Parts: sequence; C-alpha cells; structure tokens
Amino acid sequence: MNLTDYRRTARAWLVANTPSDDRPQGDPTARAKEFMAKLYDAGYSGITWPRQWGGQGLTQAEERAFAAEATHFTLPLYVFSIGLGMTGPTLVDRGTDEQRARFVRPLLRGEEIWCQLFSEPGAGSDVAALQTRAVRDGGGWIVSGQKVWTSVAQYADWGLLLARTDVDVPKHKGLTMFVVDMRHPGVTVRPLRDMSGRANFNEIFFDDVPIPDEHRVGEVNDGWSVAVTTLLHERLSISAGVGMGGQKDNPASVAALREVLDTSDPLVRDELVELHIRSRALALFNQRLAQETNAGVFPGARGSAAKLLLAELYLFQADLATRLAGPASVVGGHPLGHALSLAPGMALGGGTNEIMRNIIGDRVLNLPPEPRVDKTVPFKDLKVGTQT
Amino acid sequence: MKLVLSQEQRELRAAVRAFLGAASPLPKVREGYDPEVYARLSGELGLSGLIVAEEYGGAGAGFAELAVVLEETGAALLPGPFLATTFAAIALAEVPDKELLTAIAEGRIAATLAQPSIDLIADEVAGESATVTGTLAQVLSGMEADVLVSPALTGDGVIMVAVELAGEGVTRTALETLDLTRGQARVELAGARARVLGPRTEGGVGDRLAVALAAEQLGVMRAALDAIVAYAKVRVTFGRYIGSYQGVKHKLADMHCKLEQAESIVRYAAWAADESPGELPEAAALAQAYVGRACFEVARDHLLLHGGIGYTWEHDAHLFYKRAKTDEVLLGPPRVHRARLAESLGL
Repeated sequence: MNLTDYRRTARAWLVANTPSDDRPQGDPTARAKEFMAKLYDAGYSGITWPRQWGGQGLTQAEERAFAAEATHFTLPLYVFSIGLGMTGPTLVDRGTDEQRARFVRPLLRGEEIWCQLFSEPGAGSDVAALQTRAVRDGGGWIVSGQKVWTSVAQYADWGLLLARTDVDVPKHKGLTMFVVDMRHPGVTVRPLRDMSGRANFNEIFFDDVPIPDEHRVGEVNDGWSVAVTTLLHERLSISAGVGMGGQKDNPASVAALREVLDTSDPLVRDELVELHIRSRALALFNQRLAQETNAGVFPGARGSAAKLLLAELYLFQADLATRLAGPASVVGGHPLGHALSLAPGMALGGGTNEIMRNIIGDRVLNLPPEPRVDKTVPFKDLKVGTQT
Repeated sequence: MKLVLSQEQRELRAAVRAFLGAASPLPKVREGYDPEVYARLSGELGLSGLIVAEEYGGAGAGFAELAVVLEETGAALLPGPFLATTFAAIALAEVPDKELLTAIAEGRIAATLAQPSIDLIADEVAGESATVTGTLAQVLSGMEADVLVSPALTGDGVIMVAVELAGEGVTRTALETLDLTRGQARVELAGARARVLGPRTEGGVGDRLAVALAAEQLGVMRAALDAIVAYAKVRVTFGRYIGSYQGVKHKLADMHCKLEQAESIVRYAAWAADESPGELPEAAALAQAYVGRACFEVARDHLLLHGGIGYTWEHDAHLFYKRAKTDEVLLGPPRVHRARLAESLGL
C-alpha cells in the first residue's frame, strides 16, 4: 500500500472508531483499553515496532502518516503514553527475548498499563543520584525506596524501575533496571497534586517488594545505559507531538486569542504577531525534523531543542495571553489562568530547560563538558538526597 | 512543503562553500569588492543566472537553490553586488524587457534595484527610451553595479526603468557604511538616459526580496554561531574551556535553537516562493520578521561571548554584527514586516 492510500485508510478507520468525547462513568481505563485493542487489531499500534514482538514492522513514514491523521482526533491513549513512548521501546531495544515475548504484545494491545520509575525526591535532573535500593535475595531481588513524578502509576500493572544495586562504585555504575509488579502489596501509590490542582502524578513507595531476576533489564549495574535509551525515547515522543496540532485546543493560541481580544488595538495586534512568529517558527522546525526523520536522518539530541522551544513557547504564551486578557484571566477558573498554571510543567518534566541546554551544548554543539566532582567517587561517599 | 535539502542542493552548497572558502576567505573581505571573484561566481559557477529562466540564458533554478547559495555568500560576508544583482534579477523577471536579465545571467553586468519607494521621475518617455531625474539616498552596491533598475513616475503611471550608472547625468557618491564588507551609494540622476522596461512590477517582488535576504541572514547567523562555538572550545579561563561554563553553553544552546528555527523558516519561505504563491506573502513577512531579528541577536551574542577581543577592530566579530544589523533594516524598518504579517493574518 502506498503512503497516500495508507493515510486515507487510517483516516477512515479513525473516523469510524474514535470514541466520542463524552466521559463514561466508572473505570476511566476501560474505554482506553477497549479502544487500544481495536487500534491493535486494525494494525495501528506499534506501527514501527518489530513484527516478531507484535508490532507492524513498518517505517517512520507510516507512523508519521498515522500521527498526522490522528492530530484531527482526540484519542484516549493517555494511560498508554508511557508504555508506548518509553518503557515499551526500551524493552524492544534492551530486553531479553522472554521479556519481549511476555510484555510487548499486551502493551501494544492495551491489556497492560505501564509506568516509569526513575525520579526520586533527591534525584531529579541528576537522576543517577537515586537511592532506591535493590538487594539480592536468593535468586531474585528485594526493592525499597521512594519514587516521584510518576504518571499513570495509579492505573499501572507494570513499572520500569531504576534502582541502586551497588553503593561501593561511582553512581552511574551501580544502577540496574528492572520490571516491577505494580500490583504487589508492598507498592503504595499516592496521588501528587501539581500546581494546577490536578493529580496527574504520583509518588510511589516500595516496601520490600520482591522482583525475580528474569525481570532484570540489561546487566547488573548497567542500568544507566538502559535508562539513557528510555530517556532518548522520552524526548523523541515529546518532541514528535510538538507543534503539529498542539495549538489546536490551546486557549492561549493566536487563533483562540484573536476571537476574544480587540485586535483593532495596534499594541494587541503586535503582541499577537509576536506569538504567531514564535509558534510558526517552532512548528516549522518540528516539521523539518519530521521530514528529516522520514528521509532517514535521525534527529537525536536536536530533539532537545524542539522540547526546549516548546517549553519556552508555553511559558511565553500563557504569560502573554493573561496580560492581554487582563484581570478576568485570573478569576473564576479562567482557561488562560489555568494555562498559566500548566505552563511551567513542560519546562520541568522530561528534563528541565537547563538540562536541555546542557544536552544541546554537549551533544549538538560538542562543547566541552562541565567538570564533574562525582564521577569517580563511590556512591556511598557522595552527598546526595538524604545521604549526608 | 519541502524543508530539507535534496542531494543536488547539498552538492550546490558544497561547491559554493568550497569556492568562497578559497576565493573569498574571511581575511579578504575587508579589502572590499573583488570583481574577479564576482566574475568567477557568475562564470565558473553560473550563479548570477541561477534563477534566470533558461530561455534567457540562466539556469532556471528556484528559490530553494537561490537560498542555498545566498546562505553561503552570507556566511562568507561576500563583498560586492551579488545580492544587489539578485534583487535586480528578481524584479527583472517580472518586466517584459528581458535583455538585461540575459546580460546578468551571462555575467556581463552587475545590477542593483532601487526599492521600496519611488524616488525617480521619468520624462521624455518615447518607446523604449526616457530620461530620469531624482535622488536615491541609499542604493545597495551602488558603486559596484553597472545598471540601476528602478520604478519611476511618469505623467501616466509608474514604469520600470534601467539606467547605466556610469553614464551621463548620473552622480554616485559612496556612503560611509556601518557594514565594512558591502557598500551603499547615494545616486543622483539629472536627466539621465534610461531604458523603459515596462510597467511597474507587481507579483510579489518585495516578498521575493524578503526571502532572498532571509537566506543571506541565515548564512550570517550560522557563520557567527560556528565562530563562537569554535572559540568556546579553545579559549580557557579559570582553568577551563569557556564552552564548559553554563553561562556560555546555555547562551550558545539558545543561539542554536534560533538557527534551527531560522533555517526551517527560510526553507519554508523559499518553497512558498517556488511552489505556493498563495502562502508567499505571509511566509516572506515571517522570514524577515523572525530571521532578521534572530540573525542580529546571534551576531550580537557571538560578539559578546568572545569577550574583549570581540570588541577590537582587528577581530572579525564586528563584521558579522554590522552586516546583521545592516541586513535587518535593508528592506525597511523591521516593523514593516511585522505589519505585513499582521495584515496577511487578517489581524
């Protein structure tokens, strides 16, 4: 099937099968799981993933074509976003064949929900400073510790967990990646309210949770390199969604603002022009990255520039929109006030703006790295988290 | 919409880059215009006729290719009338008289374009000939160009004329320009003989000039960023390379983000000029509104990050800084582009 036909077929399928926006009662994941199963059976889940493990084995071109069509719809895929964007690709890249056979197809068919467990209260930007311990216990492992900023953990069946397995070596060298059963009674999930008032994140407590050694991903103490794979997929999945239809439902977009503001005022007009310029600049950059990807040029660390620019745009436009809208924007749950509360999230999640700038500097511009004081010191001698 | 270069376009870029690297390296640009370089650029590389249609002796290429070339001439801070001649060729493509276009394509003449206001009056219009009078305060490469292309007012509307700048009735005065690498001139015409090219050009000439200039600006900002990134890898302060400090690294990362967006906009605007005339007015205004500013900001920060050495006359940093500012205001004050953008958005 050529790409035009592929795209046409995908669109027809989406029109016929996307559920309406009405929120059903009861379990919020039920509708998502039902949709995901249909998506899988129609061949639109895991489009580029290997056939052997349940994917379609197609190219980025088909994936982009489907994604372009999907921007016209609101697909109930949120609870699967971590599995599809991060933990699944990590298992495909780095898991054992047994792990791929066990986990990938149920993920793609929406039968199981995944979360990712890296960050801790004392280890955010510096995630390799994490303190959650995994200790050998016979043939398996016992995990204790605390994780934070975990999206969809309240629904998750499985988690991809990065834990410390050796404190006598430098911090990057004593980490191991595991798949942990989120349904185990030793796992406590508590919602964490963010500044917008929503509880999209959770904090997770592990109290002596057992993990069989078959659920270890990669070698013992090689967890950092597995985590790097996951984080690369994270940035790609964030930047891939950027700019294409992203302004569609944004109350602070030029299209939305021009409807509610007096555009005969030249000052208002010029502010809207500035917002348009910034929005278009980023949208075109994302389209260029997408075209390069289709042509086989992998964006790699340049995706961090797209993510940084999106974060800057969200901050700029929510700030601008509230200034233009005036006092009404800060009372009564005004959509622009809400946008202002959401705006910092993009600049913090998935790597802060400062971390993005480090990545661009180090890996795109190849600038000399910052000197490191913690690289050769055994973890137990570092001042990190609650360790003094 | 096509935002990535084809294999042929990448080869064109490599060829122009290699030529300019050898024929017009940065240390040479302070010497100003070298007619020999312009002759080889037109002759060996055929670049003066790049966008001239094949039937008039050109290569018949599009703005996508022109943008690739102007990016390189911009990066090299190429002195001389290449951009001015390109501007003239863009306007000449819209008039019935194509003879000058062929002369440009064959590299026989360099030309320049008076824009955007109409400052000349044409008298004694008879067929192809007229006399023109008036003063043009700032003409790009006015001392180097052989021919001036300009609109002129008659009793009966506006026409396009061409004037031999070395001819009688023409007084040219070189201006002291901020940009040390490319000149401008004041041109006074007192009953100078002119050739009538046809009625005034419409059809988005101004938009195409904006796209061409944005491509040059993209090259200027890329070269400026490259220069400071290279310096940040060798310059040491307090026992460390300056590029390892976040105070420097983060600024360079932001400059890189501007460059990525500027390139995306230039590719888009060039594509619109070639393939999608309906999108061109907005794309062209966007190109000048974004790229003009971004180019100056990057050139400014590249100078500042060099430290004191960047403030010296002998260092090249100020050449980029001054070219960037000159380019930013070349087609009028930047608010003009923002106003056109607002208009094209229906705001």
